[in-house]
Amino acid sequence: MVDLSVDLGFLKLKNPVLAASGTFGYGLEFKPFYDLELLGGFVVKGLYLKPREGNRPPRLVETPSGLINSIGLQGIGVEAFCREILPELAGLKTAVIVNVCGEEEDEYARVAEYLSRHRGIAALELNISCPNVREGGRCPAQSPEATHRTVKKVKQVTSLPLITKLSPNVTDITAVALAAEEAGTEAISLINTLLAMAIDLETRKPRLGNIMGGLSGPAIKPIALRMVFQVARAVKVPVIGMGGIFSAEDALEFMMAGAAAVQVGTANFVDPDACLKIIRGLETWAEKHGIKKISEVTGSLQL
Amino acid sequence: MVIDRQARLVEVESWGDYFLFTLDSPEIAAQARPGQFLMIRVSETTQPLLRRPISLHNAEGNRLQIFFQVAGEGTRLLSLKKTGQCLDLIGPLGKGFNVRPEFRDREIYCVGGGRGIAPLYYLGKELRAAGARPVIFYGGRRAGDLPLRNRLESAGFEVLVSTDDGSAGFPGFVTSLVEEELKKRKPAFLYACGPDPMMEKLAETCRRENLPAEFSLESIMGCGFGACWGCVKKIRMDGQEKYLKVCQDGPVFSLEEIVWQEKEHG
Ligand SMILES: Cc1cc2nc3c(=O)[nH]c(=O)nc-3n(C[C@H](O)[C@H](O)[C@H](O)COP(=O)(O)OP(=O)(O)OC[C@H]3O[C@@H](n4cnc5c(N)ncnc54)[C@H](O)[C@@H]3O)c2cc1C
Ligand SMILES: Cc1cc2nc3c(=O)[nH]c(=O)nc-3n(C[C@H](O)[C@H](O)[C@H](O)COP(=O)(O)O)c2cc1C
Ligand code: FES
Repeated sequence: MVDLSVDLGFLKLKNPVLAASGTFGYGLEFKPFYDLELLGGFVVKGLYLKPREGNRPPRLVETPSGLINSIGLQGIGVEAFCREILPELAGLKTAVIVNVCGEEEDEYARVAEYLSRHRGIAALELNISCPNVREGGRCPAQSPEATHRTVKKVKQVTSLPLITKLSPNVTDITAVALAAEEAGTEAISLINTLLAMAIDLETRKPRLGNIMGGLSGPAIKPIALRMVFQVARAVKVPVIGMGGIFSAEDALEFMMAGAAAVQVGTANFVDPDACLKIIRGLETWAEKHGIKKISEVTGSLQL
Repeated sequence: MVIDRQARLVEVESWGDYFLFTLDSPEIAAQARPGQFLMIRVSETTQPLLRRPISLHNAEGNRLQIFFQVAGEGTRLLSLKKTGQCLDLIGPLGKGFNVRPEFRDREIYCVGGGRGIAPLYYLGKELRAAGARPVIFYGGRRAGDLPLRNRLESAGFEVLVSTDDGSAGFPGFVTSLVEEELKKRKPAFLYACGPDPMMEKLAETCRRENLPAEFSLESIMGCGFGACWGCVKKIRMDGQEKYLKVCQDGPVFSLEEIVWQEKEHG
């Protein structure tokens, strides 16, 4: 028997596999496929204070082994989420993590504060890294100062553990990670999508209604892995790695590079039970390699 | 809604770029309704990455049928599958067509353009079972684009065909053929599936004739089951226009609900 559990300090997970925000709906969408309690946890779709309409279609385009999306965080808003969805998730024996968004720094704090008044949430993931909602794909995670300010503001209004989600669209990811850590984040997750685009040759128009979008999927895995490696070496807080994880082997690479846990995103679209397959795959791999605790893999990279 | 990774391909028929697959998939077949669709894995690698949405062309007993046209790499890979191989399906997905009891003994128009004919065979059967009289309009570019004509006729449906180049049936767009028929007889309802310009034209006709209708929309889909918000279209609901998911709230929407976008890029 392999012990798959991991301890993030502020949160114990039954296994290191979480479903990533924006690729797992509000969780309920996956109930027909499997028992959500088998997951280490899941991160629900990003929430603002108010419902949001999202960006104009087309919102998706496939590129080699990748997917560019420009959803623009369409969603029901934090009130409707707490009223209609959270009661259905609150009893689950798995970590329910809520992805927190904001138009400006204050909104992050207001969303976090609102969520803190409700039961059933294991942690907040601060989405300061969505490329799809501001002009030119900008976001707070592109500046260490803005990151520091936002994390600090949110920390002041909530006692829930905070996971700060970083953007890969920066020159020095470790500077942003250190700023988040300095401001008191309990953990760091990365990467969000890479700002990208595609063009239709016949019409000479962008293939996304929003012109640019965020690239995810296997195409971004090597970049994500490199960034997780850099951040894990720079910070002391636990790191949650993601970006193109489609198999247990992918997940193990991220763990070796220093991730305490991983998130699985785009793979959920292709195989709704991708997370389950990865959890089983981790177990099989550990058994084969005589590893008793999966957490031993974290940071085991040989340099 | 289930994942069936063992849907065995039992029969393949093809006409040029068009393919009709018969699959063994008892669980999906048991839940299926006309107008619903499947998400089909076309590649074992990550290229192409996403599943492809394909309508249910028919469901009977343990069997499903799909009808598709090769449109790019994904459908090309699908077309290469051989009998005996297993397909990986998610389905049935979405909300289907609504067949109403008051259609009994009434004529109902089912209009398909190109590959849009796919779900209308199944719908026609359901209409007939409900005592209605479906009239199937089938439009294509040329005679070779009407591969299901015989199949529909042999099933006993009244089939009216049109071709853009006049090589078979009514010369011109299927929308004009519908207009011609409307001069002679008025149906109780109209269903349509096909390219956007065809459906937009039909919507105009239906509004003018006061003919209630339902349309099956297409959209690029990330997941097919409501998890990504990638497939949305503008839909009018309770007096408001919002982006609704084609995969979950559709793909079938009523005439009044659809907000036709001139073009999606601006
Ligand atoms: C609910 C639904 C049901 C469908 N049912 C059928 C069916 O029964 N038979 C059939 O032949 N086709 C059907 N389609 C269309 C089919 O899904 C697309 O032709 C297919 O996904 C194209 O994939 P590809 O890799 O072959 O081509 P790609 O190379 O991905 O694309 C080729 C062209 O098709 C367009 N396209 C890509 N994906 C879609 C899509 N999801 N919908 C419409 N256009 C798209 C692209 O913009 C491009 O212009 C359906 C689509 C939807 C949304
Ligand atoms: C359609 C889509 C929607 C997403 N929405 C969100 C979101 O709401 N909040 C967020 O923090 N990340 C969002 N992401 C980013 C993912 O959580 C993840 O960081 C990214 O896709 C990389 O992982 P992957 O390659 O496994 O998908 C979204 C990604 C996709 C593909
Ligand atoms: S295709 Fe994912 S929500 Fe519709």
